[in-house]
Amino acid sequence: MGTSLNAIYIIWLREMKKYVRNKSRLVGNLAMPFFFLAFLGMGFNSLGISGLPAGMSYLDFLAPGIVAMGLLFSSMFAGVSILWDRQFGFLKEIMVAPVGRTSIVIGRIFAGMTSGVIQAFFILGISLLMGVRITSLPGLLASVAFIMLIAMSFVGLGISIASRIQDMHGFQLIMNFLVMPTFLLSGALFPLDRLPAWLAGLSYIDPLTYGVDGLRALITGTSHLPVLLDLGILGGFCLAMILLATYLFKKTEV
Amino acid sequence: MKAIEVRNLGKEFKGGVKAVDGIDLDVNEGEIFGLLGPNGAGKTTTIRMLATMTRPTHGQAMVCGIDVTENPDSVRRCIGIVFQDPALDDQLTGRENLDFHARMYGMPKKEREERIKEVLGLVELSDRADDLIEKYSGGMKRRLEIARGLMHRPKVLFLDEPTIGLDTQTRRVIWEHIIKLNSAYRITIILTTHYMEEADFLCGRVAIIDRGRILALDTPVNLKESMGGDVISLKVDNARRMAAVAKKMKGVKHYKVHDSTVSLTAKDGGSRIPEIIKAAEKAHIEITSVDLHKPTLEDVFIHFTGKTIREQEPGAGDRFRERARAMHRR
Repeated sequence: MGTSLNAIYIIWLREMKKYVRNKSRLVGNLAMPFFFLAFLGMGFNSLGISGLPAGMSYLDFLAPGIVAMGLLFSSMFAGVSILWDRQFGFLKEIMVAPVGRTSIVIGRIFAGMTSGVIQAFFILGISLLMGVRITSLPGLLASVAFIMLIAMSFVGLGISIASRIQDMHGFQLIMNFLVMPTFLLSGALFPLDRLPAWLAGLSYIDPLTYGVDGLRALITGTSHLPVLLDLGILGGFCLAMILLATYLFKKTEV
Repeated sequence: MKAIEVRNLGKEFKGGVKAVDGIDLDVNEGEIFGLLGPNGAGKTTTIRMLATMTRPTHGQAMVCGIDVTENPDSVRRCIGIVFQDPALDDQLTGRENLDFHARMYGMPKKEREERIKEVLGLVELSDRADDLIEKYSGGMKRRLEIARGLMHRPKVLFLDEPTIGLDTQTRRVIWEHIIKLNSAYRITIILTTHYMEEADFLCGRVAIIDRGRILALDTPVNLKESMGGDVISLKVDNARRMAAVAKKMKGVKHYKVHDSTVSLTAKDGGSRIPEIIKAAEKAHIEITSVDLHKPTLEDVFIHFTGKTIREQEPGAGDRFRERARAMHRR
C-alpha cells in the first residue's frame, strides 16, 4: 500500500513538473477558452440569444461551458500523452520498474485532475474579469467536485485510447471524431431545451453534458437537470473511465 | 549461485515466428557476458524475456535465482536494464530522471541523494546533472542511462546494444565505464551487440546467436582458437576450384567461399602460403591478393553462420530505423 501511494505520488510529481515547466502548454490551454469567451461570448452577448433563462446574459451562460471545454481538451491530451512516453521510450522505464500498473494510471489521472483544477480557476478568473456574474461562493467551491470529475473522466478516456492505439497517427482522428462532438453536443454553447429530438438525444448520451449542466448550476445558478443527477451520472462515468483505463493499460506491452 | 540460468528458453510470436528457439546458457556472477549476433537474431527478445518484459512461450529462465515467469516483480528488483533505444524523459533534467528512478524503486530521500551523486560521479556527468536531457549529446544520454541502471544496485545489469549509433570515441568511453562498473561493483553484465570488436573487447564469454539459436558459446580467445590457426584469405578468379584444391592440402581447414574470396585456416599460416600459391598455379588459378591474419570474432562468426555479419545486416527499413535512432541520440 505504501509503495503504491509512493508510486502514485512519483508519477503525479513528474507530470506536475512538466506541466509547470511547459509554459507554452499552459498558455495554449488558456488561449482557446479565452478566444471562445472573448469573441464568441461577447459576440452573441450583444446579439442576445433566445431560450436563455430570464435575466441571464449569454456570457454568463457560456462561461461554465467554456470551463468544461478547457477541461475536456486538456484532460484528453493529458491522457493521450502516454503515447509520447511510448514514442520517446520513457514508458519502458516506467514499465520495468517494480511498481503496479494501477498506480501508474492513478498517478496520471490525479496529475490531470490537479492541472485541470488550476486551469479551470484561471478560466473562471478570466470570466470574472469579463463581467461574468458568479452567484454564490459556496456554489463556486462545490463546483470543484465537478471540475475534478470531468478532468479525471477524460484523462481516463485518454489513457484508455492511448493504450489501444500504438502511435500518434490516431491522435488527430480522436480529436476530430471524439473530442469535437463531445464538446459541441454538451450544451456548452447553447441551451438544450429547444433542440430537435435527435440532437437532444445525442446530447444526453454525451457525458460532458452533465458536467456542463452541473457547473452551470453551481457557478451561475441555473441548470437544466437536478445537480445531484448530474453528479451521479458524471461520477458513474468517471469511475467507469478509471476502471477502463486501468484495465486497458494493464494489457499494454512496450 | 549462477547469476542467470536459462534452459530451453523460447519465444514464438503469433504466426509461428520463432524469435528465440530453445536456448540454454549459464552466466556466472561477476561475468561480462555477450550475446553476439546480427539484427533480428533474437538477442533483444532474449534480454526482454530475462528482464521480465516479455513472457517466454517455453522453457525456463532464472535470474538471481528467481524464476522470471513465476516472480517477475522480485526479478525486477534485482536487475537493471539499459534499453537499445533511449528511454529518458528529455523534458526533465539528468538529476530528475535519476530521482524518478530512485523513487520508483522506493529509496528513502537520503539514500536517493547519495546514490544520485555516486552514479553521476561514476559516469562523469556531475557538472551537467541539472541540464535538461534535450541538451545532452547521444553519448551523455547513454552514460546517464547506464548510471540510472545502477541506481538501485542491481546484481545483474542488462545492456541492449549499449553503443549502437554512437561514434568511435564515445563507444570507447562507454566501454571503459562498463569495465569500471564490472570491476568496482562485481555486477554481472549481460550485453547484446552486433559489433565484433565490442564483444571481443568487453566480454569474458560470448554466445554467437543467429536465427534464435546459440551456435557457439565460449571465451573470445577459445572461439578464435577453435578456428585452428591463422586465417588466409585468397582472392582468386575461380573460388570454387581454389576451395577444391585447398581441401586436398594437409593441415588446411575451414575453407569458406565468399564471392571471389576463399578463406582457409592453417597453423602457422605464413609458412603455408608458398605451398598454397604453388598448388594454385598448378591448377591454373590466378591469385590476385593474399591476406593473412590471426582469427577475429568476425571469422568465427562467418565460420558458424556461413555469412558475414554485415550481409545479414539490416534491410532498408532497419537501416532507416538505425539512422533515425542515431539522429535521436545526437
